[in-house]
Amino acid sequence: MKIVVTVKQVPDPNGAQALEPDNTIARDREVVLDPGDEYGIEEGLQLKEKHGGEVVLVSMGPEKARDAIRKGLSMGADRGILITDEQLAGADALLTARALAAAIKAEKPELVICATESYDGSTGMVPPMLAELLGVPQLTFAKQVEVDGQQVTVHRQTEEGYQVVEGSAPCLVTVTAGIAEPRYASLKGIMAARSKEVKVLKLGDLGIDRGQPAETVESIADADAREAGEIVEDDGSVGVDRIMAVLQSAKVL
Amino acid sequence: MDFELSEEQRAVRELCRDFAREVVAPAAEELDREHRFPVEIVRQMGEMGLFGLPFAEQWGGAGADFLSYCLAIEEISRADAGVGITLEAAVSLGAAPIHDFGTQEQKELLLPDLLAGRKLWAFGLTEPGAGSDAGATRTRAELNDGDWVINGSKQFITNSGTDISAGVTITAVTARRAGAMRGEISAVLVPAGTPGYSVQPAYRKLGWHSSDTHPLAFDDCRVPEASLLGRRGGGYQQFLKTLTGGRIAIAALSVGLAQACLDAALQYAKERSAFGRPISAFQAIQFKLADMAMEVELARWATYRAAVTYEKSQATTGEVQRLAAMAKLYASETSKRAADQAVQIHGGYGFIEDYPVARYWRDAKVNEIGEGTSEVQRMLIARELGC
Repeated sequence: MKIVVTVKQVPDPNGAQALEPDNTIARDREVVLDPGDEYGIEEGLQLKEKHGGEVVLVSMGPEKARDAIRKGLSMGADRGILITDEQLAGADALLTARALAAAIKAEKPELVICATESYDGSTGMVPPMLAELLGVPQLTFAKQVEVDGQQVTVHRQTEEGYQVVEGSAPCLVTVTAGIAEPRYASLKGIMAARSKEVKVLKLGDLGIDRGQPAETVESIADADAREAGEIVEDDGSVGVDRIMAVLQSAKVL
Repeated sequence: MDFELSEEQRAVRELCRDFAREVVAPAAEELDREHRFPVEIVRQMGEMGLFGLPFAEQWGGAGADFLSYCLAIEEISRADAGVGITLEAAVSLGAAPIHDFGTQEQKELLLPDLLAGRKLWAFGLTEPGAGSDAGATRTRAELNDGDWVINGSKQFITNSGTDISAGVTITAVTARRAGAMRGEISAVLVPAGTPGYSVQPAYRKLGWHSSDTHPLAFDDCRVPEASLLGRRGGGYQQFLKTLTGGRIAIAALSVGLAQACLDAALQYAKERSAFGRPISAFQAIQFKLADMAMEVELARWATYRAAVTYEKSQATTGEVQRLAAMAKLYASETSKRAADQAVQIHGGYGFIEDYPVARYWRDAKVNEIGEGTSEVQRMLIARELGC
């Protein structure tokens, strides 16, 4: 089966994070393959090992995002597609999804794997938009994926446990960090990645234009500092009543 | 002039950085405390291909360049210099001489296992009475009945006594030469388990506790005549090349350790408050951190420059030797200063083992000693200047 995995290059989670004056994420620092995407790549590779086929990585980003694709190719993916265009700088979720959809449509994959959200933007909006634009069902928050012919079955992570959800290929699956332990690339994998194709696409190649942003970040505020708690001395008589009162006033009960 | 790493070099660095951060660093404290050689980590590094990094694919290597190998050493040493020296000794001292000087048969027999990290090979040059002064080598190998018969001892030999240690390349005097300053020195391969070859109990070291280091003894130890590595009498030229590469790798190890010191000191300085401010807000601490960052950067580029020059040059003297000596000298002394300042910035916490900087401090000292002391490096540089 042909599997597309979307990948993104993000500022190194272990490094300092910052925003540009226009509230977009600063990328002038150490950048890495989004750790969340490694799970999707691993799952894609495991499905390929089980069912045969091809794993294609698709990314949108600046030219240096090629490194993120290379990392996935070193892990074992077959080839990559990098959508890079100055007009895409600062793209919002919708434009990102439109660009990815245009590139992925041409590949006609049976399965598209995405992380549930990116490490840096964390909107979580791109995968659902992408599924909509591709016109395929989406199976989200998968902690397990099984493919049997055209049938795709996932264990969908919920707060209480998981749901078993079925869909039919072609479809889009978002995977959680629990799905598979990403492998380390090998040095031979890195060397082999040198000869793997990374196709570069511009907006014009995709037949879409930038359009108007669907969303812009107007301002950013720090989260409120947590207020100090209230300490109640319990002499054995008031404790339970006090707790009940607090829970009721917080509308927990 | 272009200071950018290639795509492959960046990929090697990122792979090793991830592995060091996720696998090596979490184990480092326990390995240090228990003086334990990390068999499992070495196995994983072998599977990733780190032990075959700078060697031809023909022998099971990855076909990467020497700088990529240095980047791997740097990143691994940033997590644990003891694991860094295990890799460095296995590659630069163990496999490289066999790869560079071995016969077809020797390479076919040994390299596949060494380059996959399934086995380790050691290099025995230093003796109780001879280190950089290799002319003072006392170990003898004499031809007798088609065998080399080896007598003598070696010391401070890394990777010689692990469960996967497969043998050692030793330097030995194979003939006395009348009137010559030094005898004829040759290199001989001795497999582990050869009768008369004994690995003595491990040293109690100041640092590098996760690495394996032993004295070796040879008592009428016989190996076939074909165990000679390279040409007879070629030992001196061979280890000049081996040590030049090794010094650049030790420089990379030192850069990794120095960077770890900076990382730890910077983090602590931002977290620790005194007089109502994080101590990183005080100029006294800022200047220490600024100096550390500057020196790490300079040491790094001196190392990369030496690595690139070594890759291009097959010479063992001249520019390569000078750059290797300078990089090793500067990087090792940088790691020592950085470790010292990292402990100082940690104050009392730097003196206890709850933070990694105490380990860094103990690990750093040997960088100024191993594979040629700082004094020997200065001697080499001065010699290149024409003194």
